[in-house]
Amino acid sequence: MKICITILFLFLFTDATAKLWRVGAGQQELSIRATINKATDGDTIFIYPGMYKEGQLIITKKLFLKGIQYPVLDGEQKVEILTIRCDGVVVEGLFFKRSGRSSYNDIAALRIADCRNVIVRNNQFESGYFGIYSQHATAAIITGNRLQSDAKDEVSSGNGIHCWKSDSMHISSNTVTGYRDGLYFEFVTNSYIKSNTSYGNVRYGLHFMFSGNNSYISNVFRDNGAGVAVMYSKNIRIQNNLFADNWGGAAYGILMKEITDSRVEGNRFQKNSVGIMLEGSNRIQLFKNVFLQNGWAIKMQASCMDNSIEQNNFYANSFDMATNGELVLNSFKKNYWDKYEGYDLNRDGVGDVPYHPVSMFSMMGERNASSMMLFRSFIVGLLDKAEKMLPVLTPVDLKDHQPLMKPLKL
Amino acid sequence: MMRTMIKYVVLDLIKNRIILVYTFFLLLMSLGMFSMDENTTKGIMSLMNLVLIIIPLVSIIFSTIYVYNSSEFIELLAAQPLKRKSLWLSIYSGLALSLSLAFMIGVGIPVLLFDGTLTGWVLVLSGLFQTIIFTGIALLAAVKTRDKAKGIGVAIFLWFFFTLIYDGLVLLLLFQFSDYPLEKPMIALSMLNPVDLSRILILLKLDISALMGYTGAVFSNFFGSGFGMLLSVAILFLWSAVPVWFSLKQFQQKDL
Repeated sequence: MKICITILFLFLFTDATAKLWRVGAGQQELSIRATINKATDGDTIFIYPGMYKEGQLIITKKLFLKGIQYPVLDGEQKVEILTIRCDGVVVEGLFFKRSGRSSYNDIAALRIADCRNVIVRNNQFESGYFGIYSQHATAAIITGNRLQSDAKDEVSSGNGIHCWKSDSMHISSNTVTGYRDGLYFEFVTNSYIKSNTSYGNVRYGLHFMFSGNNSYISNVFRDNGAGVAVMYSKNIRIQNNLFADNWGGAAYGILMKEITDSRVEGNRFQKNSVGIMLEGSNRIQLFKNVFLQNGWAIKMQASCMDNSIEQNNFYANSFDMATNGELVLNSFKKNYWDKYEGYDLNRDGVGDVPYHPVSMFSMMGERNASSMMLFRSFIVGLLDKAEKMLPVLTPVDLKDHQPLMKPLKL
Repeated sequence: MMRTMIKYVVLDLIKNRIILVYTFFLLLMSLGMFSMDENTTKGIMSLMNLVLIIIPLVSIIFSTIYVYNSSEFIELLAAQPLKRKSLWLSIYSGLALSLSLAFMIGVGIPVLLFDGTLTGWVLVLSGLFQTIIFTGIALLAAVKTRDKAKGIGVAIFLWFFFTLIYDGLVLLLLFQFSDYPLEKPMIALSMLNPVDLSRILILLKLDISALMGYTGAVFSNFFGSGFGMLLSVAILFLWSAVPVWFSLKQFQQKDL
C-alpha cells in the first residue's frame, strides 16, 4: 500500500512539473518554434487556430503537441514540416499543408525518426510529397489521420504513410488518397494495420516488401492505379479487407509475389481486373473470401505450391482462374463456383463431379495475349465446352474435388 | 413506284408466320434474360451472343428462302415496265425493313427499357447492322446460285464462315505468328468480319478491355477514338452496301 501511495505521489509530482504552453494569436506564445525551444520534457503545447509558417520544426524533447481546431502548419512547398526525434512524443489535431517536394530527398510532412512510442493521431495532411514517414521507429501509433495529396504520376510523388525499418507499429483508421502508394512498408515487422482506407492513389493502395509478421485487418483498398502489391514477406495475416475497383491492364486486387506462410481470410475482392495474383507464393491459406465480378478471380502461376484454397465464394467472374503451366501443387476444396454445372445425387451439398476452374480460353489468353480478340466469341465458347469434356490444354489436376452446390454465407 | 413495291413486300412479310414467330422468340429471349438476373450487364452479355449468332442466321436463311420462294413474283414484276434496279432494291429494303422491325420489337425495345445505357444502344445498333448486312449477303447468295437447295447451302455456309470459321482462322493465324506483334493486324482482321467488329464494339463498351490486356488496350485506344468509331461505323455501312451492290449487278444481267 505504501508503495502504491508513493508511486501515486511520484506521478502527481512529475505532473506538477509539466507545463502547459499555449501558442497562437492572443495567447502567451506566438511561435511554435520558440515554444518548443523553451519547453522541457513532459510539457504540453496547445496550438490555437491560425496559420503557422515556421519552416522545419524538429522535436527532440518528449512533448505533447495538441492542435485546437486544426491549426495549419504550412511548409510552403519547401520544407519537411515536423520531425520527431524523441521517444514518447504525441502529435494531435494539426493540419499539415504544402510540405516540400524534392527529387533526391524523401521530404515528408511529418517524420518519425529513430524513436519509440510516438503517437500521431487525428491530424490532417494536404498536398505534399510524402505524408507520414517513419524510419527506425518502434511501437509508434499512427491513427485517425486524414491524408490527401494531388499526385499526378509515379515519379514526382511520394507515399501516404511510409514506414521503413520500423517495428511494432500500430496504424489504424487512417484515410489516404492521392499519393503514389497509400501505405508503404519496407522492413517493417510485428505491426498491426487496421481499418484504414486507401483509395485513389496513383500506384498502389498498399505496398510492402520484406515485412514479416504483420496483420492487415478490415482495411479498404479501392480504386488505386495498380491495386495492392505485396512482396517477399512471410507470416502475413490479411483478414476482412475489401479490395475493390482496381481496374486496368496491370491492376490487381492484390498481387502476392513470394509471400509465404500467410493467411488470407474473409476478404472481399470485387470488380478488379485480377482479384488475386500469386507468384512464387507458398503455403498461403486462402479461406472464406468472396470473389465477385472480377475479370480473373485468381491468377496463380505454376511457381506457387502448397497453397490451399478453401471455402471461398466465386460469383460472376469472367474467368475463375488462370495459370501458366501444367504443374499443380495446390489444393482446392469446398469452394462455391457459380459456373459449376455438376450434380449432387446424395444431396449432401457437395457436387459429385470435380470442378475445373481454369477454362480453355483463359489458358489460351495466358499463352497468347492477342487471342483475347476472340473473347466471348462463338468459337471460344465451343472450344471451352469441348475442353471441359476432354481436357487437353488445361491442367487436369487443377480441380476442386468437393465443389459446393450452394454459396457459403460470407 | 419503288415505295409501293417496298410496301407490298413489307406487308407480305409482316403476315408471314415465320417473321411473327421470330419476333416473339426474340422478345421472349430478351425478356427472359433480363428478368433472370438483376444485373443488366449480364443480360446484355447473353443478348450479345443472341445478336451475334441467331440474328445473322435467321436473317441470312430467311432472306435466301424468301427470294427463292418469290421467284415467280419477281419474274412477273420483271415483265412489267419497271427498272430491275428498283425491283431488286425494293425486295432488299422490304426484307431488311421487316427483319429490322422484328428485331426492334424483339430485342431493341426490351434492351432500351431495361438498360438504356450506351452499351444497350451499341448492342441494338449492332443487331440492326447484323440484320441488314446478312440480308444483303443472302441476296448475293441467292442471285449467284440458281438452284434453291444449293443457294440455301451457300447461305448457311456463309453464316458458318462469319460466326465460326473466320474466328477459327484468326486463332490459327494468332498461334502461327505468335512471335510477332499482332495487335494492329488484329484490328484490320476484326474489320473484315462484321460479326467480330460488332462483338468487339460491344465488349469495349462493357469495359472489358482491361481483361484483354495489351490487345485490349490497343483495341480500346483505336475503337475508343473518334476516328476509330467513325471508321467502324463506316465499315459496317460498307458491309451493308457492298454485297447488295454486287447482287444488284448480278441481278441486272441475270437471265430470269
